[in-house]
Amino acid sequence: MLEVRDLTIALPPNSERAHAVQKVSFSVARGEILCLVGESGSGKSVIAQGVMGLLPNTLPVTGGSVSLLGEDITRAGLARLRELRCVRMSMVFQEPTTALNPVMRCGEQLDEVLEEHTRLSPPERRAKILDIVREVQLPDPERMVASYPHQLSGGQRQRIMIAMALILEPALLIADEPTTALDVTTQAQILRLIKELQARHGTGVLFITHDFGVVAEIAHRVAVLRLGELVELGPKDRVLKQPQHDYTKMLIASVPTLQPHGRAADPSAPVVLATKGLAKTYRDRSWFAKRRDVHAAQDVNLEVRRGQTLGIVGESGSGKSTVARCVVRLIDPSAGEIRLGGEDIASMSPGELRPLRQRVQIVFQDPYRSLNPRRTVGEAIIEGPLNYGVPRAEALERARRLLELVRMDQGALARYPHQFSGGQRQRICIARALAMQPELLIADEAVSALDVSVQAQVLALLEEIRTRLNLAMLFITHDLRVAAQVCDQVAVMSQGRVVEYGPADEVFLRPKHAYTKALFEAAPGRDFAFGAA
Amino acid sequence: METPDPKLYEALSIEAAAVRPQESIWQRVRRNGSVRYAGVMLAVLVAVALAAPWLGTVDPTLFDAGSRDLYPGRSGEITTLDGETIKHTFWMGSDSLGRDVYSRVIYGTRVSLIVGVLCALLALALGIVCGLASGYLRWLDGILMRFMDGLMAIPAILIAIALVAMWRGSLATVIVAIAIPEIPRVTRLVRSLVLSIREEPYVEAAISLGTPTWKILFGHILPNCMAPLVVQGTFICAFSILVEAILSFLGVGLPPDIPTWGNVMAEGRQQFNDYPHNIFFPGVFLAVTVLAVNILGDGLRDTLDPKMAKRL
Repeated sequence: MLEVRDLTIALPPNSERAHAVQKVSFSVARGEILCLVGESGSGKSVIAQGVMGLLPNTLPVTGGSVSLLGEDITRAGLARLRELRCVRMSMVFQEPTTALNPVMRCGEQLDEVLEEHTRLSPPERRAKILDIVREVQLPDPERMVASYPHQLSGGQRQRIMIAMALILEPALLIADEPTTALDVTTQAQILRLIKELQARHGTGVLFITHDFGVVAEIAHRVAVLRLGELVELGPKDRVLKQPQHDYTKMLIASVPTLQPHGRAADPSAPVVLATKGLAKTYRDRSWFAKRRDVHAAQDVNLEVRRGQTLGIVGESGSGKSTVARCVVRLIDPSAGEIRLGGEDIASMSPGELRPLRQRVQIVFQDPYRSLNPRRTVGEAIIEGPLNYGVPRAEALERARRLLELVRMDQGALARYPHQFSGGQRQRICIARALAMQPELLIADEAVSALDVSVQAQVLALLEEIRTRLNLAMLFITHDLRVAAQVCDQVAVMSQGRVVEYGPADEVFLRPKHAYTKALFEAAPGRDFAFGAA
Repeated sequence: METPDPKLYEALSIEAAAVRPQESIWQRVRRNGSVRYAGVMLAVLVAVALAAPWLGTVDPTLFDAGSRDLYPGRSGEITTLDGETIKHTFWMGSDSLGRDVYSRVIYGTRVSLIVGVLCALLALALGIVCGLASGYLRWLDGILMRFMDGLMAIPAILIAIALVAMWRGSLATVIVAIAIPEIPRVTRLVRSLVLSIREEPYVEAAISLGTPTWKILFGHILPNCMAPLVVQGTFICAFSILVEAILSFLGVGLPPDIPTWGNVMAEGRQQFNDYPHNIFFPGVFLAVTVLAVNILGDGLRDTLDPKMAKRL
């Protein structure tokens, strides 16, 4: 049905490579789900845009063809492309928040599609809209249609997007990372929905993802891309279980398993950090409106021991980052104690806190925003030690040793952050945190923004540092696979509360709380044993 | 945890070992066409201002009753302060007192450029301090911003006129008077930048590294505000040159004996129908200067603002 042959798309001159996509060929049959997998920069989204005819002028198709039901899309004019979109092919984007127009009701946005492409009367259109909204399993369709996008949750918005894409029953659905921005439980529902609808309507799906868990969950066939080239194409079971190409092998080996590591933790190691009844309440204060309290975290009791890792696992909005930021005192907790060694830092004034700051350091999620773009790497690493009176020469020496520890070249000291990749920057951030010689290192989703192969390396590095320096680590993540690999203790958070807390083996193998069970149920590709290859 | 064979990673060069080449901001800015042309134009104007005494000019305050209202290109006589009379060609004609318009316009370049640059620097300096304080210290925000709102509610020219009237016209007074109404705009810009940059993880990292607040403000936040501020500075510069000319033209700026483009035009206003050159030549200089500064600002914005760069 969709036949992509030798597709080559050029990049603008002076780019890192000449082609975004080079001689890529694959096909999608009716009723088939083909997963395009690749890391960032592999060209998977560019292919999707090429198929939809959405490529900007700076990325011209320089060779090959894309034919949908026998018609070459690369040669179709703008008017013809408009006719084809939604009718024969349609697309679901990664971020449902920005893909929907915030000032139009969802129903109006669906209606727009029908008005453009059909000759139905308004009552017929309305009936059809309600039908499709029901079909994507949204509760109370009448209300959904009358809502603005901001009134819906992320999962509901994505369902509206899917409804919009499928309302005209296109032959091909392109889904570009449709679940990446969603929580894992929502992701599981959306994946199930796409599978059901696709089977019912016989739609061909080109599913783009970076997540092998999702691939295992949904794909019939898999195409692996690397730097714009197709390295492997085959049925799901063969590609996942007997990968041929080295790159595929490496990618699959990098996916952490859901099996906890089973390392024994010393229960008598000294407690580095303990929180008692920690709470953070945001107060919505305004002069005329009623006061509204938002409990970001409530009654959080945790303990981190020297040389051990406590993982805080939860979905977005569960309060896990709030806890981390309270512990670093980037925000002030509303109640409770934060004991660092023997001292309670929860209510200390900035002056009292200053000498204690070096004992807790944090590594953030986004490696692109964690380093000041106008400062060299060297300045970034020595900033902390200089603040605490370490002489410059000594601080620089320390920075050199740390760069070695995080496996970076010493030449990096004089360079600026934009010259490094995401993984390299995250290593620099780790070095910066370690330069303070902390007792507790907090990793706030520190590997979530990284590609899976880089993620595996950074995780290994963190693990090595923890054992070598005997650090206590607070590891915050939404990714159960990552948590299984690094944590000795796990706390599962939901809606600001810790719902389950215990040794990793206990929590992973014998979850007790219903929410924890649901979380594991939803983990994509849990039946596949990754990382064992 | 168990990790895949490191050799596999190396073979596949996952982490690109090669470091990306560095292109400095200066190199990027220099490549921009409008920055180059406007820069050359401004360089010429600066050179003219510096070399004013050697460009065939006479003392711009000299006048000669015999050489009043001459058309451009005419020759006449002019009396120096020593009482000596010399021959002089009036390339841009003379005004109703017999002063050489060419000399006055060329010397006026000095005043205009000084006013433009100093006003921009003064407004930026005060605006940056207020903006940083307002954006970072939440308790100060409300007070400072309401004061700025009040300042913005008064027309800029009116404030300038009032201030000059209060302090008598001198170069320093005029510069301060023009810069003050610009401060609220800079403050607002800096405040909005600070509000977004203070949430950046690198600022939070600096807080957890124990960096003192003033170092965070001037070492982390301010350098990342600079690009839009440079652009804003050029616009203030252009606007100040115009306002200075307007004030002089209205007779509330610098004293009429100091040669500025506005003063020359004010002088020529009465006889505009008969002797338009008195207004034409300083007007052309004013227009070219303001245009050059504005084009420079546009060019800088294109290269310094990442959002604009993406569109290119």
